[in-house]
Amino acid sequence: MSLLSRPRRTALVAGTMGLALVVTACGSTEPKPSAGGGASAAPECAAFSQYGKHEGKTVSIYSPIRDTEADLFEQAWKPFADCVGMKITYEGTGEFEAQIQVRADGGNPPDIAFFPQPGLLERFAKAGKLKPASEEVKKLTAEGWSEDWAKYSTVDGVFYGAPLGASVKSFVWYSPKMFTEKGWAVPKTWDELMTLTNTIAGTGVKPWCAGIESGDATGWPATDWIEDLMLREAGPEGYDDWVSHKTPFNDPKVTAAVDKVGAILKNEKFVNGGYGPVKSIASTAFQEGGVPITEGKCALHRQASFYANFWPEGTKVAEDGDVFAFYLPGNDPAKKPVLGAGEFVAAFTDRPEVQAVQAYLAGAEFPTTRMKLATYVTARKGVDPANAQNPIDKLSMEMLQDPSTVFRFDGSDLMPAAVGAGTFWKGMTDWINGKDTKTVLDYIEASWPKS
Amino acid sequence: MDFDFAAELPKLVQLLIGVAAFLVVVAVILLLVDRAPMRRRAWIHATILLLPALLFLAIGLVVPAVRTTLLSFLSGDGKEWVGLDNYAWMFTQPEAVTVLRNTLVWVLLVPILVTSVGLVYAVLVDRTRFESLAKSLVFLPMAISFVGAGIIWRFVYAYRSEEQDQIGLLNQITVAFGGEPQQWLQEAPLNTLFLIVVMVWIQAGFATVVLSAAIKGIPAEIVEAARLDGASPLQMFFQVTLPSIRSAVIVVLVTQSIGTLKLFDIVRTMTGGQFDTSVIANEMYNQAFRYGETGKGAALAVFLFVLVTPIVIYQIRQRREAVR
Repeated sequence: MSLLSRPRRTALVAGTMGLALVVTACGSTEPKPSAGGGASAAPECAAFSQYGKHEGKTVSIYSPIRDTEADLFEQAWKPFADCVGMKITYEGTGEFEAQIQVRADGGNPPDIAFFPQPGLLERFAKAGKLKPASEEVKKLTAEGWSEDWAKYSTVDGVFYGAPLGASVKSFVWYSPKMFTEKGWAVPKTWDELMTLTNTIAGTGVKPWCAGIESGDATGWPATDWIEDLMLREAGPEGYDDWVSHKTPFNDPKVTAAVDKVGAILKNEKFVNGGYGPVKSIASTAFQEGGVPITEGKCALHRQASFYANFWPEGTKVAEDGDVFAFYLPGNDPAKKPVLGAGEFVAAFTDRPEVQAVQAYLAGAEFPTTRMKLATYVTARKGVDPANAQNPIDKLSMEMLQDPSTVFRFDGSDLMPAAVGAGTFWKGMTDWINGKDTKTVLDYIEASWPKS
Repeated sequence: MDFDFAAELPKLVQLLIGVAAFLVVVAVILLLVDRAPMRRRAWIHATILLLPALLFLAIGLVVPAVRTTLLSFLSGDGKEWVGLDNYAWMFTQPEAVTVLRNTLVWVLLVPILVTSVGLVYAVLVDRTRFESLAKSLVFLPMAISFVGAGIIWRFVYAYRSEEQDQIGLLNQITVAFGGEPQQWLQEAPLNTLFLIVVMVWIQAGFATVVLSAAIKGIPAEIVEAARLDGASPLQMFFQVTLPSIRSAVIVVLVTQSIGTLKLFDIVRTMTGGQFDTSVIANEMYNQAFRYGETGKGAALAVFLFVLVTPIVIYQIRQRREAVR
């Protein structure tokens, strides 16, 4: 279950429905494709001439992204599809992880799948089900993304597909208004953050609120916490070793990171603003996790950029608005590693029209179009952050595109699914529910697949 | 989504061709059967008519069963032979053992609870004025899917902190009596019992209806004779009613045992197997489909199959005896 897409697919409904409606209305004015190749002569189609003609061809896409965001995707690539003459059938599902396996095993895979977890992509690549990406896609990826990103969809030296959307996870949401009223400052280091936490607790308000309930995927927001802390405590290399299991899961370094998170999440004085004792974190839906900030019941909520979609209607997301986010600080203010996630466009077939779609999605044109419609973030260079729909999207894009940013992909998405989508989530839920760090980490370590 | 009839036309044509082909095959088979020599007709009839069923049984049941068994001896990606490792995992890894323990609790409690609740209810409402109304009420939950029931009961158990308004029935009652709201579904091992309540709630109606029918089938003479002999209501129940409906009770117990062993929906909807509430079927799905550990998933499936088998055999024997 993607940490990026899960919220995204349920998201937006409230926040951007209005926007989507407006855009749909505008969309109706776009030129209708005439029969045959006539449409390609239209000037709007000149931009797509490089992708060739694929009259009457159909490309199927299967993805975990649903609802409003799926509609926005379809809207964004419609001009492309019309101009090259193909039909793109899109299917979003809430059961992507299990169903993509069933479809691939059943000999009925889609042409293209959006994989939110590199770990899952790797499983299909190793099983020989995926087709390597074309030279064109490779070239576009090299030009648009940093090497880190390209690495995530490369398995045994073979490159399978370009990244698509992205999100930044290392954010702490807060209320600028509340901070100004109480005279609190945005912390620059971890120590400052803990001092601030204590200060807030002193005023009788629970400083943090959190929610990790997410149906099948319950627990993932807690794993994000651990990943962020691992990235800060062990450094990017230490993080990589942990993710690739060179460092065992019950290593003292991991224990230290988990306990550092525990100092906040498992402290009754610090959590869970508006919802109850520590254990209520496990039963609070992650979508509702940060909402008490708007009611003044808590002050801080660590959650990704996409949380912008979950604030109650009418909440202004801005530096001087009702809510905004700051970078989750580490020990050294000079180093700012960023934790994030995204999805990857990999193909099960390599027909020319499928490769054309992959190439189109890898270019700068698609994310720009998509971003103009509603909230969206991509790590692709050459996409102007000015097109972003809210300040957090803009900030995220600037962070992702900054060459000096040390970026790391969400660790649980990189680990084998048995851990990354299984015991890690479950373990962190048990941990919140009262189990001690050692028991939980030993359990996760024992579940790491041997082969 | 709009349905474009023209676009779907090829599929519909295919469907029609398929149905027509099927009819032709059936017609040919029947014709051939009809032509067969009279003497051996019964034998040929049986073979020809059973063949497709046997074939489908082989494709749909025997082959997958064999494949699953094989997979259970392979590693997660199905490439390496790992022997009994997956089974060893199932019986030694603490979390997996919890799953087995939970399944055991379910399969011990649910059939007994369902049967006793159903039986007591059936006896209590028997020949009262409100009998049919009472029976319909208890039978109603049967109409709800397990997933639907799970969602309903999640609301019953819902938790809100003390300072908030309770939205869960159980916590509202707790608070009304001056208690503190509880996280019912998060405290092992009690949470498994709270899930079991849901299953009993759904299934009790089935037991009531079956047992009530059996009670009505007890010959009036026996009841009358017992009354004349001065049997107390308790004696009536244990020495007349219960022995007379023994086979119906067994039917209920057996069907409930099998249904409980493969229970999946309630656990998945209500807790997703978190907080030590997972059961075999849920863990099997997780391992095989979500985690890509097909070996472990297959091992759990095989184990489940082994558990169900004796119950099924027992049921078949019972049926045979009943027929005799």
